[in-house]
Amino acid sequence: MERKVIVDIKGVAKHYGAGEARVDALRNLDLQVHAGEVVALLGPSGSGKTTLLNIIGCIIAPSEGQVSLDGELVFDTRWLRNDLRRLRLDKIGFIFQAHNLLPFLNATDNVALVLQLAGKSRAQAQERALELLDYLEVGNRARAMPALLSGGEAQRVAIARALANTPRIILADEPTAALDSARAGIVMDLLRKLAAEQEACIIAVTHDEKILDRFDRLFHLRDGRLEDDR
Amino acid sequence: MNLAFRDVRHNLFRFVLTCLGLGLLMTVVLAMMGIYNGLVSDALNIVKAPQADIWVVEADTQGPFAEASKIPDDTRDAVARLHGVAEAGSITYQTIEAPFKGATLRLYAIGYERGRLGGPRAIVAGRGLEASHFELVVDAKAGMVLGDTIVLGRNRFSVVGLVKDTMNSGGDPAIFLTLADAQVLQTQLAPPAARVQAARGVAGASGATVAAVIARLDPNVDAQSVVQTVRQWKHLSALTQADQEDILIKSVVDKARKQIGLFLGILLTVSAVVIALIIYTMTMEKLKQIATLKLIGAPDRTIIGLIVQQSVALGVVGLGLGLVLILTVKDYFPRRVLLEPVNALVLTGIILAVCVLASGLGVRAALKVDPATALGG
Repeated sequence: MERKVIVDIKGVAKHYGAGEARVDALRNLDLQVHAGEVVALLGPSGSGKTTLLNIIGCIIAPSEGQVSLDGELVFDTRWLRNDLRRLRLDKIGFIFQAHNLLPFLNATDNVALVLQLAGKSRAQAQERALELLDYLEVGNRARAMPALLSGGEAQRVAIARALANTPRIILADEPTAALDSARAGIVMDLLRKLAAEQEACIIAVTHDEKILDRFDRLFHLRDGRLEDDR
Repeated sequence: MNLAFRDVRHNLFRFVLTCLGLGLLMTVVLAMMGIYNGLVSDALNIVKAPQADIWVVEADTQGPFAEASKIPDDTRDAVARLHGVAEAGSITYQTIEAPFKGATLRLYAIGYERGRLGGPRAIVAGRGLEASHFELVVDAKAGMVLGDTIVLGRNRFSVVGLVKDTMNSGGDPAIFLTLADAQVLQTQLAPPAARVQAARGVAGASGATVAAVIARLDPNVDAQSVVQTVRQWKHLSALTQADQEDILIKSVVDKARKQIGLFLGILLTVSAVVIALIIYTMTMEKLKQIATLKLIGAPDRTIIGLIVQQSVALGVVGLGLGLVLILTVKDYFPRRVLLEPVNALVLTGIILAVCVLASGLGVRAALKVDPATALGG
């Protein structure tokens, strides 16, 4: 059975400036990522990885092309939805290099926040947050503030937050950069498992060669163009 | 989930410290408001104390609070006989200095006729003047207690009663004594000076003058008509109570009031700038967190709420601390600090407005934050 296309990018380009000062960050780029797939974006600094991640995350608008997310065309020369934050809240989960947990909320509340933003009641949000933390084996740190969590624990809480609203797309920016190789492997295995279970796709920017074997596909970005390596 | 409250709780020490600083600033603002009120109230208390309707003073003068006024003390009989006058009394005012318990007290002496207008309005301890001589009713701010004695001129006076909040526009506490004693105090020379005057063949001053005669009118009598009648006597002038209060405010208190008012304005401006700066700095420190909130889908109202609620909390707690502090220390000020509930309400309104406006700077910065900054690179 053919898997559903979750991220569908056609002819996307992004350039900054004009005339001689014009910089082409992305050129005529096509990309399809299917449900359950875990893909990596590789490339040297300045190759356009983060720009692509920002476009898929509806953070910056492409200069040209079309973007469809979970079967919905969201960009076609302009954004077709006004509520991009709501779109992100419902469909996209973000995992950051430095976990980016809110320092004034404990682990549970960091996860529960996105649920409450999506309209869940406090009790429902807390219950689901605790479930997720237990699932990611940090349930025993549910009341801990982010400053008291180890790097691995904090990253798991961040993953729980990214998964809270059961998004179809998870965007990860160097998700294992702050972890040792053993923990990096564990986190990647976890992401693979979640992608399979939730029929979500995971797109990760990474430089970490130790975890490349955990991805289904590797995309190299060179001079704003995409090359599928696998 | 209230993010503002959680953030405050997380950085409680810093928040409390900031509130304390703001509270001290609010204390100064409230103190200035209180001093401003106290100045006006003290000045008016003295002129209101006799509960008079008209003031008869020396011709071409504005009365004893603005300039020197001397009229014969038998003027009272003439005024009392005017149509519409219910009662009248002579009164004198002078500022004196007298030694008391090793210090020099500056006092505002009010001489009045016992049983007539011009005495203290409400005695809070002891009694009023009963003897013809050498008794005093004193404002508690002078530091004297019942039974204390003090030498004024050549005589020793005993404190028999206490009043509160009765002082002149300069803040000198009032003392009430009989008119006769006040006239002696005004005119009696020290023994060496008296001997010199006697040797020169100059007779001693008669002492038969007073600063003003005050009168209370019968009900439904027009004060202006009585004033016009008095003005027909060429050596006298007359003012209504309202005129007297107006003169006091305009000629005596006005400059000080403007000075304090201006200082108050500057203080409020400084407070506004400080609050704006604190809120802006607090927001700038949270830009990464705000970017993360935007990225995970938090709407603008959540981010605006975070900033505005913290700003208002800062202002309200700072103002609360300021109020507690000023109410604790206000009685230690040398001048009366008079705080009315309306002052606290007005300042609360101003501070809330300042906080909301000040948070506008922070909100503007927060709304400009690019969510991509949370991702880095």
